[in-house]
Amino acid sequence: MLKNLCKKMFGRSLWVYHANSGGCNGCDIEVLNVLTPYYDAERFGIKLVGSPRHADVMLCQGPAMRSTAKALKRAYEAMPAPKLVFAIGSCACGGGLWFDSYSVIGPVEKIIPVNYYIPGCPPRPEAIIYGVAVALGLVEKKTAPVQLKQLEYPIPQYHPSDLHVRDEMVVYEKLEKI
Amino acid sequence: MSILSKLKETIVCLKAGRVTLPYPAQPQPVPPKFRGRPIFDVAKCTGCGGCANNCPAREILVLDVCQEIRILKYLGRRCAYCGRCAELCPEKAITMSHEFENATNSIGDIGQKLELFMSTCQRCGRCFKEPSPLEQLKMKGYRFDDLQNERWIFRSQSYLENEPVADDIKIEMV
Repeated sequence: MLKNLCKKMFGRSLWVYHANSGGCNGCDIEVLNVLTPYYDAERFGIKLVGSPRHADVMLCQGPAMRSTAKALKRAYEAMPAPKLVFAIGSCACGGGLWFDSYSVIGPVEKIIPVNYYIPGCPPRPEAIIYGVAVALGLVEKKTAPVQLKQLEYPIPQYHPSDLHVRDEMVVYEKLEKI
Repeated sequence: MSILSKLKETIVCLKAGRVTLPYPAQPQPVPPKFRGRPIFDVAKCTGCGGCANNCPAREILVLDVCQEIRILKYLGRRCAYCGRCAELCPEKAITMSHEFENATNSIGDIGQKLELFMSTCQRCGRCFKEPSPLEQLKMKGYRFDDLQNERWIFRSQSYLENEPVADDIKIEMV
C-alpha cells in the first residue's frame, strides 16, 4: 500500500540534470531561480542532481559547440532509459544569435533528440515552470503555428496586346482583374 | 547554543511568511515593459523587409514567390526578443507582446508565416516602392531564402551560382 502511495505521489517526480554546453550563463541563473523558494519547483518533485546517471530530465542550455558536442552526447547516453530533454533558451532551441559562426554547430537537437523547447533569451522562471508543467500534463500548451494572408486587392492589369487604336485614341480593350 | 540558533532561524522563517508564488495555478503578471513574443500584423505590413535585414538572429526569412506575393516567415526559435524589428518597422506592424509561455514539444509552433500582397508597377510589372528612409535598409532586388532548411540567404548570388541573378528588368525603349 505504501509502495502504491509512493508510486502515486512520486511517479512524476523529475530529477533534473543541468547541462550547459557553451551558453552565456543567463539560462543557468534562471534555472537556479526556479529552485529557489520563490518559484518552489520541489512542489512538483523536481530536484537538481549532479550526475546524468541519476537524472530523468536533461536541461540543455547553450548551443551545441564544436568543443562540447561530444561531451553533451556522452552525458545524454549516460542517462537511464526513460529520459526527457528540455532545450532552454533561444541558444539551445535554435542556435542563438551566433548560430552561423565557426565554433557553434547549431541547436542541441542536432546532437541529441529534444522533447520540449522553452524559447526565450533567457526564458522567465515562470516560462521554465510552464514548460515543465506542459511536460507533466498539468497545463495545455498555448502556442500554435500562425499563418496569415493579406487580402489581394483587385488591381487592373494592362497588357500591350490589348491596346488598340480607335479614333486617334489608344483604348484598352479589356481590363483583367488579378 | 545550537538549539538556540535553530530557534532563531525558525523565528526568522516565521517572520518572512510564505513567499512561494502560486504560479501554474494562477497567472503571473509581467512588468509593463516586458518584451515577449513579437506579433506580426498582416494588415499593416507593407513587406519592406526591414525586419528581415536587421534581425540580429537572422530568423525572419523572405521569399518572393512571384511578382505579387512575398512570403515573410518568422521562425521564432533563436529569437532573443530584442525588439529591434518592432523598433524599426515603419508601419508599426510588429508589436512585442507579453506572451512568455511559449513552451512546446515541436519547434514549428512558435513560427509565424505572412503571405503579403505586393502591388506592381503597371509599366514594368515589378514591385515598386517610393523613395523613403527605407532606402537605407538595403532591400534591393529579390530574395531567395531557403524556407525548407530555414536558412537565411542575404545575397541571391550566393544561392544561385550558375543561374542568372534576378536583376532589374530592362525596359526596352523602341
